Amino acid sequence: MQLSREQMLQAYRRMKIIREFEERLHIEIATGAIAGFTHLYCGQEAVAVGVCEHLDTDDKIVSTHRGHGHCLAKGCDVDGMMKEIWGSREGLCKGKGGSMHIADVDVGMLGANGIVGAGAPIAVGAALAAKLDGKGKVSITFSGDGACNQGTTFEAMNMAVVTKAPCIFVFENNHYSEHTGFEYAVGTQLDIASRAEAFGMKVWRADGTDFFAVHETMRDLLVYVRAGHGPAAVEFDTERFFGHFEGDPQRYRGEGELDRIRETRDCLKKFRASVVSAKLLTDADIDAIDAEVLSQIDAAVDAARAAPRPTPEDVLADVYVAY
Amino acid sequence: MAKMMYRDAVRSTIFEAMERDDRVVVLGEDVVGGMGTAGGPEAIGGIWATSTGLYDRFGPDRVIDTPISESAIVGAAGGLALAGKKPIAELMFADFIGVSLDQIWNQIAKFRYMFGGKSTCPAIIRMAYGGGFNAAAQHSQSVHHFLTAMPGLKVVMPSTPEDVRGLLREALRGDDPVIFLEHKALYGVTGEVPDGDWTIPFGHARLTRAGQDLTLVATGLMVGRCEAAADALAKDGIGCDVLDLRTTSPLDEEAILDSVEVTGRLVVVDEAPQRCSLATDISALVAQKAFASLKAPIEMVCAPHSPVPFALELEQAYLPSAGKIEAAARKVLGYR
Ligand SMILES: Cc1ncc(C[n+]2csc(CCOP(=O)(O)OP(=O)(O)O)c2C)c(N)n1
Ligand SMILES: [Mg+2]
Repeated sequence: MQLSREQMLQAYRRMKIIREFEERLHIEIATGAIAGFTHLYCGQEAVAVGVCEHLDTDDKIVSTHRGHGHCLAKGCDVDGMMKEIWGSREGLCKGKGGSMHIADVDVGMLGANGIVGAGAPIAVGAALAAKLDGKGKVSITFSGDGACNQGTTFEAMNMAVVTKAPCIFVFENNHYSEHTGFEYAVGTQLDIASRAEAFGMKVWRADGTDFFAVHETMRDLLVYVRAGHGPAAVEFDTERFFGHFEGDPQRYRGEGELDRIRETRDCLKKFRASVVSAKLLTDADIDAIDAEVLSQIDAAVDAARAAPRPTPEDVLADVYVAY
Repeated sequence: MAKMMYRDAVRSTIFEAMERDDRVVVLGEDVVGGMGTAGGPEAIGGIWATSTGLYDRFGPDRVIDTPISESAIVGAAGGLALAGKKPIAELMFADFIGVSLDQIWNQIAKFRYMFGGKSTCPAIIRMAYGGGFNAAAQHSQSVHHFLTAMPGLKVVMPSTPEDVRGLLREALRGDDPVIFLEHKALYGVTGEVPDGDWTIPFGHARLTRAGQDLTLVATGLMVGRCEAAADALAKDGIGCDVLDLRTTSPLDEEAILDSVEVTGRLVVVDEAPQRCSLATDISALVAQKAFASLKAPIEMVCAPHSPVPFALELEQAYLPSAGKIEAAARKVLGYR
């Protein structure tokens, strides 16, 4: 099924917002403007957007430590996120959470997470709630190739199958968990989807750097889950363009690896090439979005810089009992 | 005598133990770093650089890089220990202990007692704890208070490179599970470490400043903050004892009581929230056993009863500071 022009423009815009948001953070972090640990999603945009373009605010997602892309794709406010990462009291979480804990339940985004593997059980719970509500809504957990080794992920998969929860396990295999290779840490040495299959789920696999492949795969998968067949899993093969965290020397990478993946596995480049060659969009259409997004990100950074800082009294805001 | 960083004291003490005793094994996430990658083993060498070089020297059977599976890491350490090995497991961030808590609390802590004293469990579980990096609610916490509350565990909190060396050696010589808490803000701190084959017995606090007027008790990063407060007070002619507990279980009750019997005034400093904390525990001890010596109510300087916040200003306000400790000391000194 063909996407409309508007849908394609929107998907590209979303991916581009994530890309520029992250590229800009990379620079700002290097200059010391931002405190804390930041894990950039850059390179994996087609997964977040290809998944979330199918969702509305009543569908839930649960994210990871590398959560900016999921948040932006699910509709979290760009300015609110930037302010949060800057630690402003006007941030999405009032400066309490920072990069690793961005959440906005109003748009169905149940939180990035600093604990690897913590998200999957939470997503099962949200899926069970969706099942109780009976409106065909789903809950999605994003997990990495590292998180798939955590017992919590295994437990969540089995429990979702047993309870027929409309839960979707999206595995983003970017080949690394921190500094460790996927081939070492995932014992099957095959893939992650086959594990989910062994738990009794229907599974899909696709190239996570190809927006259209992700989008189509998710369309089929969601038809299946929304129809009440229970959970499903999908594995996307993808790439992370930066280090595990900002400041990672990345000595585990192969010679020329970063250049190669930026050249051949860049989901934005691939999107542009495919829509332009198929004459669905023009270079000018895409250039226009690029320019708009750049100025949107500039404005978000300016706003974050100027945003009010929290005060010591804010420490005990949102605490139900203080001693 | 050698000058070295806290993190190097960790690494070199593990290295030395592995050289001496082939029962010592290391396991944890990215303790090798680079497994299964183009860069190869040791491409990174542990995220805290506390295990760098171990794999090259001792190989994959004794330096075990694990998947992200904290429950299995701690459980395997327990099994290794029951089967006669001396595992040193690393949990990276202390916050991740939540994932492995059953293996710590219901398993390794209980084996010796539950099995009628017939087994030992010399498993060391190392982890980096504490705030100061704007790492927010799930990467900044202190965990010593609830681990200290668990019978069967020894809980160690070194504040200097020398203490790392002496306390880690002591842990390696013992037969019981030891929680070894390294403050992440101390890894880069340099200090003198004496040569020779010595250890620091558990349950012996270290007096880092001596004075007659007030007792300050702390652990880990808070020791330095107490020293800064004590130095500021010294300028006004006020003398403080600063006690670094070094281990919270076993606890050096005697050192605390002896000091308070002289000073009559106590400020306890704890990086964790106050309720059911080390601070309340020590306050209860003193109220019970040194009541007659007290000249003023005990003060506690702790974190607020909330998760650790992210923003710079919030975390600064959250953590006990030298200024807050000094203010608490002056309050105690000004009583009546
Ligand atoms: C319970 C827990 N263990 C370890 C960590 C440290 N850690 C953070 S991210 C990460 C690697 C995660 O790898 P993966 O799931 O593949 O996600 P990616 O970083 O590739 O997005 C590790 C080990 C953590 N945050 N939580
Ligand atoms: Mg990964």
